[in-house]
Amino acid sequence: MPSYFAAIWAIVRKDIAAEWRSRQMLTAMLAFVVLVIFIFAFTLDIDALTRRQIASGILWTTFAFAGTLGLNRTLATEGERGSLDGLLLAPLERSAIYFGKTLANLFFMLVVEIFTLPLYALFYGMNLAHPGLWLVLLLGSWCFCAVGTLLAAMAAQARSRELLLPVLLFPLVLPVLVAAVRASSALVNGLGWAYAWPSLNILIVYGIIMPALGFMFFDFIVEE
Amino acid sequence: MASTSLDRKPRALHALDVVSALLMAATLYMVFFYAPTERVMGQVQRLFYFHVSSAWVAMAVLIVAAVLGIVYLIRPQHKLDVWAVACIELGLVYAFICVTTGSIWARPAWNTWWTWDPRVVTFTILILVYLAYMLLRQGIEDPQRRARFGAIYAILASVTVPLTYFSIRIWRTLHPVVIGSGDPSAQGTFDMTRPMLHTLLFSLLAFSVFGATLLWHRVRLGWLADKVEQLRMQALGR
Repeated sequence: MPSYFAAIWAIVRKDIAAEWRSRQMLTAMLAFVVLVIFIFAFTLDIDALTRRQIASGILWTTFAFAGTLGLNRTLATEGERGSLDGLLLAPLERSAIYFGKTLANLFFMLVVEIFTLPLYALFYGMNLAHPGLWLVLLLGSWCFCAVGTLLAAMAAQARSRELLLPVLLFPLVLPVLVAAVRASSALVNGLGWAYAWPSLNILIVYGIIMPALGFMFFDFIVEE
Repeated sequence: MASTSLDRKPRALHALDVVSALLMAATLYMVFFYAPTERVMGQVQRLFYFHVSSAWVAMAVLIVAAVLGIVYLIRPQHKLDVWAVACIELGLVYAFICVTTGSIWARPAWNTWWTWDPRVVTFTILILVYLAYMLLRQGIEDPQRRARFGAIYAILASVTVPLTYFSIRIWRTLHPVVIGSGDPSAQGTFDMTRPMLHTLLFSLLAFSVFGATLLWHRVRLGWLADKVEQLRMQALGR
């Protein structure tokens, strides 16, 4: 069992190191997020009250789009460099690859979120320093990455992969996004935990079921 | 190639065609003449019988597709894939019927064609998920990989089925709770009279039988398509 976690950790470290050297993906994700924030602010032209009401929706849409950019690269780059075969030949459980990739994706997404929140608070004049919101961000991103990594692995082996991933992913994570938006909105607007719980429950259930399915199915996806 | 038993339509299927036609005719009779007109909603309430029955068949066949997916992953067999695709196509058709009848009902009842009600939204998500399944299949050439990925996606997608079912209990909603409406947390409820209940149960039965008939036809279509494919390969190989 320790070797299993060591394998996961090795993959997370490898992905972060590779990204740290090129910084391609994170730069693209961050630039994209800033653009989206500005585009929403300009195009929607909203007053302060409406802004409060739709803030969570805009936040999560932004993260979901940025997250998809990252997911598209996770297995595509391995395929381009021909390193996927090496990874599959390595003497480790295949599901460790899945969890490693999922955690690496989660890490990139959280980096983007940590960067975005202050910007968002600044430009939209909102106080987002709410621990409850951070919990929802963590849970929602985990669900998103758990499903996303699995689907990215499938899409990477199909025709027109970059186009296929959002089509496969968005309907499946829509429940996550809806629940995350509802929970964040309840907490940010000070409605309290009682309003957030039903949505949080969905996130928790999703966040357990999806990684479990990924654990079981990843073998079948990368098998030749 | 000699003609096989596949080419001929089985007698049981003929019988099933007739039975489902009779059952559907009887359902129409019951819906329009046996069931009373609802006091508040009026005639449009009669859509309810088709709406609930199609939702039931859609959810049932989609769950069956997920189960077939699990079996496929344990023991890969091509015929399981044919069945799963048939189930999902049928599920999509019934889901469309359900959303359409719901929308027609909502116009007089809720005064709008469309509302962002949790049940409506989750059901529409379900349709989108299974449309994505179809796209995924189109994107993969290798039949074995297509079947394997289809099986996995069908299992992942089936998570949305219970979510749709429980959505009206998780979030407070406009959508009436039909089964277990005694639940105090449910907001929109209505009481069915006996003839209404009879009609609903009968229409559930008729839709299920009709669904099974369509499923069988669709599976046969899948087999025949495979055969055409084989024949084409033979002809090209020659």
